[in-house]
Amino acid sequence: MIQRSVNLNRLPVNGIGLIRQIAADEMLRRRLLDLGMTANTPIKVVMKSPAGDPTAYLIRGTVIALRSDDAAKIIVDII
Amino acid sequence: MKDNPIIALAGNPNTGKSTLFNALTGLNQHTGNWPGKTVTNAIGKFEYQGRTYTLVDLPGTYSLMANTIEEEIARDYLCTENPDAVVIVTDATCLERNLNLVLQIMAITDKVIVCVNLIDEAKRKGIHLDLAKLADLLGVPVIGTVANTGAGLDNLKSTIALMVAGEISTKPRKIISANPQETDDNHDQIVSAIMATAEEISHQVITVTHPDPHQFDRKIDRILTSRIFGIPIMLTLLGLVFWITIVGANYPSTLLQEGFSWLEGQLFDFFVWIGVPDSIRDLLILGVYRTVAWVVSVMLPPMSIFFPLFTLLEDLGYLPRIAFNLDSFFKKACAHGKQALTMCMGFGCNAAGVTACRIIDSPRERLIAIITNNFVPCNGRFPTLIALATIFIVPTVKYSSIAAAGVILAAIILAVAITLGVSFILSKTILKGLPSAFILEMPPYRKPQVGRIIIRSIFDRTLFVLGRAVMVAMPAGLIIWILANTNISGQSLLAYGAQFLDPFARLLGLDGYILIAFILGLPANEIVIPIVIMSYMAEGTLIELASLTELWELLVQNGWTWLTALCTMLFSLNHWPCGTTLWTIKKETLSWKWTWISLITPTVVGIVLCLIVAQGSRLLGLI
Repeated sequence: MIQRSVNLNRLPVNGIGLIRQIAADEMLRRRLLDLGMTANTPIKVVMKSPAGDPTAYLIRGTVIALRSDDAAKIIVDII
Repeated sequence: MKDNPIIALAGNPNTGKSTLFNALTGLNQHTGNWPGKTVTNAIGKFEYQGRTYTLVDLPGTYSLMANTIEEEIARDYLCTENPDAVVIVTDATCLERNLNLVLQIMAITDKVIVCVNLIDEAKRKGIHLDLAKLADLLGVPVIGTVANTGAGLDNLKSTIALMVAGEISTKPRKIISANPQETDDNHDQIVSAIMATAEEISHQVITVTHPDPHQFDRKIDRILTSRIFGIPIMLTLLGLVFWITIVGANYPSTLLQEGFSWLEGQLFDFFVWIGVPDSIRDLLILGVYRTVAWVVSVMLPPMSIFFPLFTLLEDLGYLPRIAFNLDSFFKKACAHGKQALTMCMGFGCNAAGVTACRIIDSPRERLIAIITNNFVPCNGRFPTLIALATIFIVPTVKYSSIAAAGVILAAIILAVAITLGVSFILSKTILKGLPSAFILEMPPYRKPQVGRIIIRSIFDRTLFVLGRAVMVAMPAGLIIWILANTNISGQSLLAYGAQFLDPFARLLGLDGYILIAFILGLPANEIVIPIVIMSYMAEGTLIELASLTELWELLVQNGWTWLTALCTMLFSLNHWPCGTTLWTIKKETLSWKWTWISLITPTVVGIVLCLIVAQGSRLLGLI
């Protein structure tokens, strides 16, 4: 199976990706890691807010909302 | 053995940590701040088998790697204070993520008890946990609890007692160099290692029997955050909260006023009986007592309705959804999405709203939220808005409560628009910068705990705010009384002040008395209208008119038009924060500079708006 990498904000609702890397500044990267966004963790798009941004993601059993600018810094492999 | 063992309570946010803290300590607790920080610090005591234990509630954090002030405080406390035991509260419905913190704390200390909370909720969702196995894998005691009902608390207390007595030996699972003090260099690998362990452990102890344990939450979320219904539902809910507050506060307010006026008679007689000089008696009763009585009877009922309702929404888990719905507006204003929450809190009380800004961890966005909080009208300003809306803007008396609610809703939408506009201007001028990352956890919806809501909203919010308001109302009553009753050549100082301010006030569509009432209303916005009435009636004390019709007649006799009412409402929405809020801003920002800016910003906005509306209406010949 060929895996395609995208920025997390490109993933459609209900889409699932495997986290490959976080290309954010140190501060944000650490905070995202602490929420469990380590490499190879599945992340699912749960829903979008009324304006389409931010978006809520399911990660390790919890729902976390991120703005698209921040989500764009998370690279995932589509599965 | 130490006399007073210290137990630290750690855990992720939204795990029911504070519920557990309250369940253990009851009312035997006090809250303050961590030294030099604006992070709440709660310390409580509980007794078990004749021994008193001190419980220190650490800030809720996801990690100890010191990314935020909260994490720094929690880490420093655990590393330096060496508590006799650390209870880590985890959420049974998402144990895996919670284990991150558990594994980090176990790297610092061996004296760890893991408390798996919300096991009832997990069971309902079809998530089953093997706690014995978890204890085995972690090497520390594991206690299952339902903090809401108190289930498991005895077990937790006895485990704490045994650990303090040194009768439990733990063998915590250590991950090499997971110690958060030493992880600066290879943060990534360490976090990954911890997460991998957390994953491995949770796979071994958790069995999920439901195909999608969080299905119910997702269903509700889809409605409450839907593109079409999300914002209308939010407005309806908030409108409902205001309507219940307006209608519900009416009767108890009258009752309190009657009670206070009866007590005033008694006090008066008592003062006469013990022979207090007339001037001092009047100063104390008609000045100080009446002002305080007015503030209490006008503020207490709406606050004790609004805050529990607001706390109910908070407890249900709705507030993060509001932030989720509104974030895009705040993003456009270069502000933080959580500002939506502090803004909502401001509707209850701006001082409480300013304190709530602690949830925003970026200093720039937090300051924006603090400075703009005053743009939303608090409970103290609602009565003014409602009274003026009812008698001037809405011509018929029929359905007045609904019509007034409509005007109030318009005022609120204007307030939110101004908040966003000013936030934008601030972030382009004195608080320049890019929006910081917005990370918002949306916890599962939870069944609210009515008892806890009442205790929290009454003690933490209502009485706290009321206490401060009374403290400022007392000296204010004294000053107003002196100003209104010191006559120089047949005119009171208040009248001189009003005359002086009159030309400027007229430019704003107000008059001198209204403007001086706003100035004297600095201690509490509730007393603005009473001061206006008092001045017009040339009576030296606060009075209340029996009906709105009488108020209307009095105002019209003194030259009020719909424009005066409109400008008064606008100025009420946009002027300096009340004394209590300013005091809170000083305490929260620890800076006079930002306190002054918080005072000047809304004042300038109010002056400009009133000037435009008043002069515009006159130019257009509307009046």
